[in-house]
Amino acid sequence: MEFSVNHPILFLMAGILVAVVLGQSVFFLIKALRRSKELGMDQVKIRKTIGTAAVFTVAPAVAIVISIITLSKKLGLPLPWLRLSVVGSMSYETVAANNALSGMGQSLGSAVGLNAQQYLNVLIVMTVSIMMGIWLVPVIGKKLQSGMTKLGNRDAKWADAFSNSLFIGMIAAFLGYVFCDVSRLWDPSTRFVTQTVIENGAEVEQQVAVSASSGMIPVCTMAVSAVVMILCGLLMRKPKLKWLSEYALPISLIVGMAAAIPLTAWLS
Amino acid sequence: MKKNLSYMDSVHRDGRIWNIGVMILLLLFPVAVALAFGVLPDWNALVIGLLATAPMYWAVGAIETVTFVPMLGAGGSYLSFVTGNISNLKLPCALNALEQNQVSANSEEGEVISTIAIATSSIVTTLIIILGVILIVPLTPILSAPVLQPAFEQILPALFGGLGVAFVSKNWKIAVAPICLMLILFVFVPALDASTVGIMVPVSALFTIAVARILYKRGVL
Repeated sequence: MEFSVNHPILFLMAGILVAVVLGQSVFFLIKALRRSKELGMDQVKIRKTIGTAAVFTVAPAVAIVISIITLSKKLGLPLPWLRLSVVGSMSYETVAANNALSGMGQSLGSAVGLNAQQYLNVLIVMTVSIMMGIWLVPVIGKKLQSGMTKLGNRDAKWADAFSNSLFIGMIAAFLGYVFCDVSRLWDPSTRFVTQTVIENGAEVEQQVAVSASSGMIPVCTMAVSAVVMILCGLLMRKPKLKWLSEYALPISLIVGMAAAIPLTAWLS
Repeated sequence: MKKNLSYMDSVHRDGRIWNIGVMILLLLFPVAVALAFGVLPDWNALVIGLLATAPMYWAVGAIETVTFVPMLGAGGSYLSFVTGNISNLKLPCALNALEQNQVSANSEEGEVISTIAIATSSIVTTLIIILGVILIVPLTPILSAPVLQPAFEQILPALFGGLGVAFVSKNWKIAVAPICLMLILFVFVPALDASTVGIMVPVSALFTIAVARILYKRGVL
């Protein structure tokens, strides 16, 4: 068969895998819904939970589609479609593809198309290098979970504080990350970003100067999102606006993202 | 109590079957490509590529598993480690659902709620991606419009601003110290940026647990 990165057979295989993964999600959704009925949980609340989760997911999912479009220029559509429907991310797939291609005189940025062998190498490196979680959860997931349950049975209050600490720890790390370029305000040596551009078919790293205030873009975006969340929190105390509680997070996400457009124009 | 155990046991049994099954299918994809196009890998380049990629991401994967499983719950973990996008999508989604329903992550209700949220999010993500793949030709000029780029570049700050307010306000006693530490580290250590935030999550989580333990022992919580 003549190889092409968009060969119908690749679409078919990626499609089968995506269908299986979709099947797993549907399976667990039904299983959990059944259990919620057995436990006598309020089904109105459950429906609201589904609605909120669905609405909240839209913007991040569109961001994933953008990553697929970017990667598909070199890798074709089926591979990025599969890779970003299962565990993986734009940055991981880019690193994995470039590492796979580096031994063959190819790169993601070059204009030369991939042959079947190069494609196969990329596919194997991408698949194998991120396998850890998929098999490690079946191996140690039950132990970790029963550890948490035992902790909960022994000391429920500390178990709650323990889970909240994990959540807060993760949020604190990402809040810190939002501030990672703030030092551009006072340190001129940090006012550049490295971009990869293509010159004569080869990748060249270029340093592009950025403004001192550009590090404040994520900080201001986060502040807008936080303020919207606080406003939602105040407004939903009114009985008429109680529905806001379900959509507070998606609303603050979308308003924050929208605010990033003028903020970027202003600060960069 | 008996029934309670059996639900959790069945989640682990089903999760193991699904995850191992999906893993085998994922590994069969390269085999199928090799057979369909009658080609073998370039072995030398493959070894170079794997050595450059796998050790680091396996280490990250192992740390992520230990950190995220207690937060995601059982069903949520099996799903999340197949469908990915954990810290930017699945976990915030589960946290928001737990918050909205006022249930503890350690209760069976919490397990059910987080599984429902994560499964819904996975289904919606997969469907939107399918739609995006089908409509890629008309969508490309819209989604790659320069005017929209900043919005998608700032998706994490926009997400964690709202999520931060919701969670920090309810747990401010344990949140103050780790937030200060992370701010100082990220502002003053140049090596910490978008590519290293994943490594800082377990560091920050361990530090927060230590702070919470001290506060708990002193009866402040």
